[in-house]
Amino acid sequence: MNREKVIFAFFIVLALTLNFGFVLGDLDNAAHHDVFELFAALVVSLICTVLKFGDRTHLGALMLATSLVADLQLIIAAGFWGYGEQIAAAGMTPRIMASVVSFAAGAAVANLISVILLVVETALIRR
Amino acid sequence: MNNLVFLFMRRLRAPLITLITVYAITVFGMTLIPGRDADGNVWYMDFFHAFYFVSFMGTTIGFGEVPYEFTDAQRMWVTLSIYATVISWLYGIGQTLAVLQEPMFGRLMRLRGFTSHVRNLREPFYLVCGYGVTGSIVVKRLIDRGVRVVVVDIEQDRIDALELDNLVIPVPSLCADASLPDILDHAGLQHKQCIGVLALTNNDNVNLSIAIASKLLAPRRQVITRTNSEVTTANMASFGTDMIVDPFRAYADYMALAARSPHKLLAYDWLMNPHHRTLSSAYKHAPGRWIICGYGRFGRALATAFSAEEMEMTIIDPSPGNLAPLKNGVVGVGTEAHTLLEAGVESAVGIIAGTDNDADNLSVIMTARELNPKLTTVVRQNLHQNALIFRNSRCDFVMEPGRIIANRILAQLKTPLLPLFLEQLQQQDDVWAHTLINRMSSVVGDRELDSWSVQVTPETAPAVSTMMAQRPVALRYLNKDPRQRDRMLPCFPLLLKTAEGVHLLPGELHQLQAGDELLFCGLGVAKRQMEWSVNNYNVLHYLLTGEDPPDTLLARLLRRSDQESA
Repeated sequence: MNREKVIFAFFIVLALTLNFGFVLGDLDNAAHHDVFELFAALVVSLICTVLKFGDRTHLGALMLATSLVADLQLIIAAGFWGYGEQIAAAGMTPRIMASVVSFAAGAAVANLISVILLVVETALIRR
Repeated sequence: MNNLVFLFMRRLRAPLITLITVYAITVFGMTLIPGRDADGNVWYMDFFHAFYFVSFMGTTIGFGEVPYEFTDAQRMWVTLSIYATVISWLYGIGQTLAVLQEPMFGRLMRLRGFTSHVRNLREPFYLVCGYGVTGSIVVKRLIDRGVRVVVVDIEQDRIDALELDNLVIPVPSLCADASLPDILDHAGLQHKQCIGVLALTNNDNVNLSIAIASKLLAPRRQVITRTNSEVTTANMASFGTDMIVDPFRAYADYMALAARSPHKLLAYDWLMNPHHRTLSSAYKHAPGRWIICGYGRFGRALATAFSAEEMEMTIIDPSPGNLAPLKNGVVGVGTEAHTLLEAGVESAVGIIAGTDNDADNLSVIMTARELNPKLTTVVRQNLHQNALIFRNSRCDFVMEPGRIIANRILAQLKTPLLPLFLEQLQQQDDVWAHTLINRMSSVVGDRELDSWSVQVTPETAPAVSTMMAQRPVALRYLNKDPRQRDRMLPCFPLLLKTAEGVHLLPGELHQLQAGDELLFCGLGVAKRQMEWSVNNYNVLHYLLTGEDPPDTLLARLLRRSDQESA
């Protein structure tokens, strides 16, 4: 067992599960979406990106790309959340909430691709 | 390029993850700890404010407590956070600096700079592997002629020496193992402008692998190598290496020439060496028996060359086994008087100290000279660092392998016609060589005798080619001074190569034909002047006719109407 591989897979799967958990629920209902879960998803996603740095294979490059997409989507989602809570005059409206969740849902797709690539890579190794 | 970024990212993984984790924990902690607002109500910091606060706390340790004054619990958490964030920042910055200072990083940076420098070369260049004595001489003289060079050497010291040599044209150089095809590729082996590969390392195997790699990757590229053993020479010749220089054999041939025909030797020497021997040195040699000290690679090459000339010789070597097949060998080192006397030093005309030990060689010469002051002395210098002693040893010939190889290679690189001429020279007699050397001497005196070739083709001699279409051009016009046609340039033609054959010292009335190749020798100034007459139509027209008319379109029209009316 390769410890590095365990940590790597752990973070990648965790990024997907946290992200999925956040997205689950009604699209525009703020009560269904936990801000802490978004925060955790963003942090884990950033760590995933760093873990994927420096891999020179083609698959490695793809994984880094999906991770960067997930980061981008989650940061935009977090930005919308901050805007709704702090800046918008009307506060957190269902419309803003829907944007936050849809951006996070996009990130979930990117994370899903990441996990699929991880599975593909594992399947390719015949040992 | 990619290697660098990947190395950087790999090394910064740990500090980046630490930084993200510490930030996440502190931000998360800030949102969990209850605070009090201005009115004393319980208040939880949201992520936005927490991230804002941690960001400036981590980098500047604070603009104060925002948006409300902190409670004691919050302050305790902030205290911990300050240490955690500051330490993780220091760790991250320290790691970055450490990566920048790593030798591997520096090596990759240098390789990258070298590769891009070579890739961007837009002029023809030679790839020189090995910057020892030979390499440095070759590089210096190529640079003096304005030819670009790329250098690879395995020792950093020599690359440093190259940087300190103050060459006028920048020379991309890399410290790496030239026997690796990758390195050769980075050094421009497959570059379109690479016109030749010079394998000059002191290791036969490395030279061999460079020659093979070059011949496989770019079959038509010129490859010149040095070698120390006959096995390697044969091996290299087998796959078409263009020129193989064996310094011992080269010098043995040179010595045989010296002993047999001193004037031919002078002609050879003047054409090959930048600092040539004086004319008077030709009269010293008398025919007779030679003593050779040391029967190693050099001694064997000498014996072969001497016996081909049917010259008498006595060989001294410390090992009886080496001397077994010889009838006139003397066992001993040659540094003691009794060995030399046994070898008959008093009746010999010359002695060659050719062992691989410099101190022994000098000792042999000094002892021999005491016994017989009239000896012609030849000494082999093995280490370049001993140059000062050898220069002052008052020997007639100092044999320094590095310099011999360099001169041979430069003669080849100057123009391929020069080796052809030297080959032809061997077949002439000494009287012919004597006339030649007198002619050379009257042209250049004590200055360096340069040689160059002129090819009569539209690309290399446009003016001559155009002129030939209108009127015949005799060889002597090229010899005239383009500034004043009744004066001659300090040079003369050595050889003419036509489709039919090769002529030595062609007559000045020879009518130039397309495809003729000429070899000239003379002062370097003459070479530059001759470039005018070869390339500039107006200059050549002046040389042929003595007229220097304007050659504009208008002038030509006027002239034509003049001729028509007349």
